[in-house]
Amino acid sequence: MPQRTIVEAINNALAEEMESDPLVMLLGLDVGRLGGVFRTTTGLVERFGAERVVDTPLAEASIIGASLGLALAGMVPVAEIQFLGFTAQGFHQIGPQLGKFRQRSRGRYHCQVTIRAPFGGGIRSPEFHSDAVEAQFVQTPGIKIVMPSNPYDAKGLLLEAIRDPDPVLFCEPDRLYRSGRAEVPDGAYTVPFGKAAVVREGEHITLVAWSAAVELCLRAADKLAEEGVSATVVDLRTLVPLDIETLCNQVAKTGRCVIVHEAPLSAGFGAEVSATLMEQIFYDLDAPVARVGAFDVPFPAASLEDYYLPSLDRVVAAVRKTLQS
Amino acid sequence: MTAGPFALSKNKDVQERHSVLQADGTIATGAQPRMEEEFLLEALRWMMKSRLYDTRVISLQRQGQFGVFSPGMGQEASIVGSAMALDPTRDWIVPQYRELMATVHHGLPLEIITAQYLGKIGPARIPDGVRVLPTQVSIAAQLPQATGLAWGLRLRGEDAVVMAYIGEGGSSEGDFHEALNLAGVTKSPIVFFLQNNQWAISTSRRVQSATASFAFRAAGYGFPGVQVDGNDVMAVYDVAVAAVERARKGEGPTLIESVTYRMSFHNTTDNPSRYEDPKEHEEARTRDPIERVQKYLTGLGLWDKKREAALTEELTQENEAALQLAFAAPAPVPADVFANVYDHPPQRVVQQEAELLDGRRD
Ligand SMILES: Cc1ncc(C[n+]2csc(CCOP(=O)(O)OP(=O)(O)O)c2C)c(N)n1
Ligand SMILES: [Mg+2]
Repeated sequence: MPQRTIVEAINNALAEEMESDPLVMLLGLDVGRLGGVFRTTTGLVERFGAERVVDTPLAEASIIGASLGLALAGMVPVAEIQFLGFTAQGFHQIGPQLGKFRQRSRGRYHCQVTIRAPFGGGIRSPEFHSDAVEAQFVQTPGIKIVMPSNPYDAKGLLLEAIRDPDPVLFCEPDRLYRSGRAEVPDGAYTVPFGKAAVVREGEHITLVAWSAAVELCLRAADKLAEEGVSATVVDLRTLVPLDIETLCNQVAKTGRCVIVHEAPLSAGFGAEVSATLMEQIFYDLDAPVARVGAFDVPFPAASLEDYYLPSLDRVVAAVRKTLQS
Repeated sequence: MTAGPFALSKNKDVQERHSVLQADGTIATGAQPRMEEEFLLEALRWMMKSRLYDTRVISLQRQGQFGVFSPGMGQEASIVGSAMALDPTRDWIVPQYRELMATVHHGLPLEIITAQYLGKIGPARIPDGVRVLPTQVSIAAQLPQATGLAWGLRLRGEDAVVMAYIGEGGSSEGDFHEALNLAGVTKSPIVFFLQNNQWAISTSRRVQSATASFAFRAAGYGFPGVQVDGNDVMAVYDVAVAAVERARKGEGPTLIESVTYRMSFHNTTDNPSRYEDPKEHEEARTRDPIERVQKYLTGLGLWDKKREAALTEELTQENEAALQLAFAAPAPVPADVFANVYDHPPQRVVQQEAELLDGRRD
C-alpha cells in the first residue's frame, strides 16, 4: 500500500475528489502554480486548470464568503486559508455566516463548503502563523471542526468533509506535514466524523488530544512506559461532532485523564472535554481531570515557542500528579 | 508646490506614471526634481545600505543564523524615497514588513530591528521617541490603525503626518478599503504608500485587481491617487513630499502607488523559480533603482568606482556593527513568554509563569 505524508495524503485526496466530482474546486492564496505555501495543492492547477484551482486576491473574508456563494450556486468549494490564524480576517464569514446560513434560510439553503487551514507551533513560523484557534469556532455552532493527526485520517476525513453537506473547518497540523509516512490507500475512503480513535490502550491513565498534540501524547506514553505507567491515548479527530461515548468509555476504564492541546488553556476545548467527563462519568473518576495547554498569553516570538507550547515534560508531570491523587 | 503629480490623477483612463530619473540614468524631459545632488547622494547611501544589509542577512539566514526575512531588494528607491519625505521629529511610520530601511532612516536603530529578526525580545523594543510602529505581518491590519493614529494626532493638535506602507497584495484586504475610506471621511493627515512589487508570494499583481492602476482606487475614497516609478528615487521623493505637504496643510490623505519589482523573493523560505518568469525578472533587472542613480551621478562627475568601493566598505562596516550589537544583545529567556502582555497580569497567568519558571504546578 502506498506510504504518504500528511501533505501527500491531502494532495491525493484533493486530486481524486476533483477527478471524480467536476463540481469540486479549490480557491485560496497561492494554491495554483506555487501549490500552496506548504505544497498541499502541488500539481493540481496543471491537472485541473485555473478555473478549478484558483489563486485569489489576498482577502480571506471574500475567499470564505465567496465559497458560501459558490456553494449556493451548486459548486463544491474547498477553500484554503493560508494559516488558521488568518481566519480572523474572515471570521464573520465563517462563524456567523456559514454556521448560520441553513438556520437563517429556514433550511432552504445549505453550505457545502470546506475550509482547509494549516496551524500550530513548532516550526518557527512568523507572528500570527501558529495560533491554535480551533476552540473559537466551537462557539459558532453550525460548523464541523476536524483535526486530523496522521496521514490516513487526513485523507479520509478530508473526503468526508468535502462530501458533507454542511460547512467544515479542516485544521492541518503543519508541524506534522512531512514528519512521517503512513499507509494511505489509493482511491476514495472516508473516516466518519464523531468517531474518536484509540491510538494506544493502557491501564493507568487516559491521554486525550487531537491534531499534533496526539503525537506529543504518544511520546509521553512512551516515556511513561519506562516508568511502568501504561497510558491510553485517545485522538478525538473531530471536536464537532464530539465522540462522547469513546471519550467517556476510555476515561472510565482508567479512571484518570489528562487532556493536552496547543491552544491557550483557558476556555480551550480541553475545558469542554473536562466538563463533559464531569457530567457523564464523575463517579468513575479516581482523580481530577487535568489539562495541559499553552499558557494564557498570546503566541510569543518563534524563539520562545518551545517554552510556550505544551512540552513532553509538562505532559509527563501532569500525568504523575494525576496518578498521585 | 506645483500641482505636480496630483494633476495626473485627473485623467481617469490612464494613470500616468510620475518619472524623473529614467532607467538609463538620464532625467526625463521636462522633469523638475526637488531632490538636489547632495540629497541624492544621501538617498544613494541609504539605498546601498539597504541592499548591502539584505545581502548580508540573507547569507546569515542561509547559515541558520537569522530569522525568516523579506528583503527589500529592488524596492530601495520606494523605501528610501518615501521615508526621506518625512520629518522623524514629528511624523510617523506605520510599516508592513518590507520597509526595514525606511524605519531605520526614521530613527529606529538598525541593531534593534535586527534583534527582532534574531528572536530577541527586550533588545528589540522600539525606543521611546522613535515614531515607528512594529512591523505588521497580519496583512493590512496596520492600515485602520494608521488612519486612527493620523486622526488622533490631528485631534491632539500635533503637526504630524503618518506614512503607512502596504503591498499591492495587501490592498485586496477589507482592512485596506475600510482604512482608506475612513481616512477620506476624517480627512486624516496620512499618506498610504502602496508598494506594487508585482508579487504577493506567488500571486501576480494581475490577480489582485482588475484595475489598471492601484492609484485609481483613491478616487472612490475621495482623495488623490498618484502612480510613480517606484525604482526612481527622485520621483518617489517628489510625490511623497507633495503628499506629505498636502496632509500637513490639512487637505487629507493621498494614495501613492509606487510601481517597482521584488528582485529577490517573498521571504527566505520562498523559491520564485516555481512561478516567476525568468524573462520578467531579467527585464526588471534593467530598471535597477540603485544603478540608475550611480549612472546619473557619474555623468555629473560625482560618482566613480573608487567612491563606490569606499562607500560600500563604510556601509558594510556600519551594518556589521549593528549586526554585532544585535547578536551580542541578551537572548530571550523563558520569562519573556509572559512579558509585555498585561499591565497587571491575571492571577492565573502569574501562576502559569511560576509553573514555567520553577517547574512548579500549583
Ligand atoms: C491576513 C494575512 N493573510 C495571509 C498572509 C500570508 N502572507 C504573508 S505575506 C503575503 C503576501 C503579501 O503581499 P504584498 O501585500 O504584495 O506585500 P509584499 O510581500 O509583496 O511586500 C501573504 C499572503 C498574512 N501574512 N496575513
Ligand atoms: Mg507585493
